[in-house]
Amino acid sequence: MNLNAESKKVLVEPLVDNNPITLQVLGICSALAVTSQLSTALIMSLALTAVTAFSSAGIAAIRNHIPSSVRIIAQMVIIASLVIVVDQVLKAFAYEISKKLSVFVGLIITNCIVMGRAEAYAMKNPPWESFLDGIGNGLGYSLILVTVAVFRELFGSGKLLGFEILPLLKDGGWYVPNGLLLLPPSAFFLIGLIIWGVRTWKPKQREKNDFAIMPAHGDVGGAH
Amino acid sequence: MEAMINLFIKSVFIENMALSFFLGMCTFIAVSKKIETAVGLGIAVTIVQTLTVPANNLIYGYLLKEGALAWAGMGDVDLSFIALMACIGVIAALVQILEMVLDKFFPALYNALGIFLPLITVNCAILAGSLFMIERDYNFQESVVYGVGSGFGWALAIVLMAGGREKLKYSDVPPGLQGLGITFITAGLMALGFMAFSGIQL
Repeated sequence: MNLNAESKKVLVEPLVDNNPITLQVLGICSALAVTSQLSTALIMSLALTAVTAFSSAGIAAIRNHIPSSVRIIAQMVIIASLVIVVDQVLKAFAYEISKKLSVFVGLIITNCIVMGRAEAYAMKNPPWESFLDGIGNGLGYSLILVTVAVFRELFGSGKLLGFEILPLLKDGGWYVPNGLLLLPPSAFFLIGLIIWGVRTWKPKQREKNDFAIMPAHGDVGGAH
Repeated sequence: MEAMINLFIKSVFIENMALSFFLGMCTFIAVSKKIETAVGLGIAVTIVQTLTVPANNLIYGYLLKEGALAWAGMGDVDLSFIALMACIGVIAALVQILEMVLDKFFPALYNALGIFLPLITVNCAILAGSLFMIERDYNFQESVVYGVGSGFGWALAIVLMAGGREKLKYSDVPPGLQGLGITFITAGLMALGFMAFSGIQL
């Protein structure tokens, strides 16, 4: 596979520099809800990457034939068909996990990453680049999802993918699990902290404050 | 009747769409900078949710569910796998119709909600309302109550969030955490607050 500069850019950029979750603020719903276990997060990432990649490629292939007034519905039909395929595949081969993911597989249809990439990239670019762009954004999403899930499962229940890593106190080990991490709000805190970390690393992504704090008159740094 | 009130309270507070299932988060974070816009979007979501959940309930119950086509003489047909496509189609169509009706008969409300209506088609809270309704097997009456309740709960959450963010503008947040980061953490704290409702049984 020979990657030219453009392909490489669309594949690598969404990982950190233009991450769908931390910068574009897309697709947050599922990022928060499926991350209490690593296995569900992995399956979800896989499903979303596949849907984004193939829907971008499909939409890019027919982009010159879609009248712009009905483009949203045309995109919806392509995305919904792909999601139905993914949903049926999961029900057939990973029934337990598909039960745990419940409605969130269906919600890939309204996941803003898929629609966002279709609108912003696939409508203007050829299929192969759009396919890579879909994979890149899917991976950017997966990166955040997996990071959050590792934290939540490891420190919340001492396990990873169901295998015991930190032996729990109640089973004779030493680790006292942090129950907060299994509760949904912890995902907000983790993503907030990840965003803080990324923006400290890449100051270009910082947002301007609407109202800067003025230095106090006369006694800068001094006590009152 | 008691069961209906119970379901309403449950869908507004205990199973709040935004703060305990994290649905409609993209719009929740993006459109909560000002209270006025948050109120507008909240009303729009409540209206659409109230219409789409019962509509999808009827379509699912009489056309798609296994054995639902018995009235047409096709008792062994199971179309539940296209429920996803049907739901999103109904939502897109209803939003479009609502937009036209409001434009024709309530221009003032249309102008106030204008830009938010198309956004609602891709709000996951709306699709999730219908999917939860299917998953939990609500009957028609329950689906009406659930639609109103979950829409109202989402509206309540986004208005609270906007109130918090308007105050947050004046505070001294570390660079890097400003904007998106602190918004997430605020939402997390609000979700913790909403968890206090979880023990309530009526």
